[in-house]
Amino acid sequence: MRRLTALLAGLLFGIGLLLAGMSNPAKVLGFLDLAGAWDPSLALVMAGAIAVALLPFSWAKRRQRSLLDVPMQLPQKRELDGRLIGGSLLFGIGWGIAGICPGPALTLLLGGYWQSLLFVLALLGGMGLFSALERRRAR
Amino acid sequence: MHIDWASFTPWTALSGGALIGLSASLFVVLNGRVAGISGLLGSLLQRGGDGRDEKALFLLGLLAAPLLWGLFDTLPEVEFQTGGIGLTLAGLLVGLGTRYGSGCTSGHGVCGIARLSPRSLVATLAFMASGFATVFVLRHLWGG
Repeated sequence: MRRLTALLAGLLFGIGLLLAGMSNPAKVLGFLDLAGAWDPSLALVMAGAIAVALLPFSWAKRRQRSLLDVPMQLPQKRELDGRLIGGSLLFGIGWGIAGICPGPALTLLLGGYWQSLLFVLALLGGMGLFSALERRRAR
Repeated sequence: MHIDWASFTPWTALSGGALIGLSASLFVVLNGRVAGISGLLGSLLQRGGDGRDEKALFLLGLLAAPLLWGLFDTLPEVEFQTGGIGLTLAGLLVGLGTRYGSGCTSGHGVCGIARLSPRSLVATLAFMASGFATVFVLRHLWGG
């Protein structure tokens, strides 16, 4: 059952991205271009998503286990540190260069575009680099 | 700044966003997990951790969504505006940055803000600000 709901949630997420226009890098860059011809659509994507998710998440925060009886796995970190801010700034630079964030990168992957294949390979490379740097730090 | 009304798509943006919010809600209420794409992907790249099958199936659903959509309608337009070098650099920065920052647009921007996490609010403000700044530099300073 948990596998089925995970698959359905993933499908729904992808359909949402496609409908919202998030899977079109040109539209995402149109939103990030405040000084040019600005397309505010993506602010509404986020607003719509947060509005729907607000109550379910406040319910989830008060629960120890989910409706399918697995432990709630919400992030426990609290600190506002350099890793959080520096990492997010780096992510934003990458997002601003190509107009692609991780979700749309995956919905674009099977579309047969060389660009999305290259982007996802580089994304996995960046995540691999993070793991390698973390291992070095731990030594 | 002037608004590009011809490109503005409020209803599909809101309804697409609502579906994303519904998906994130189902995933947390039923599976007890945050639908953060970079976090799910990153944890599958590392060894161990629980619920690997659920994480993989969520991402599989994301990959398969355009195939399902394609059964009913033509897929929305896709236009890349970046060449190979730019895409490679962007992918590396997105991969590295989302792992250091513990999340991306979905994990921080949607799920994190929906659960009123100060960390996620700060992260979202940071990546929005650097996204706006990067496009400004590339389009209006460098390219202009």
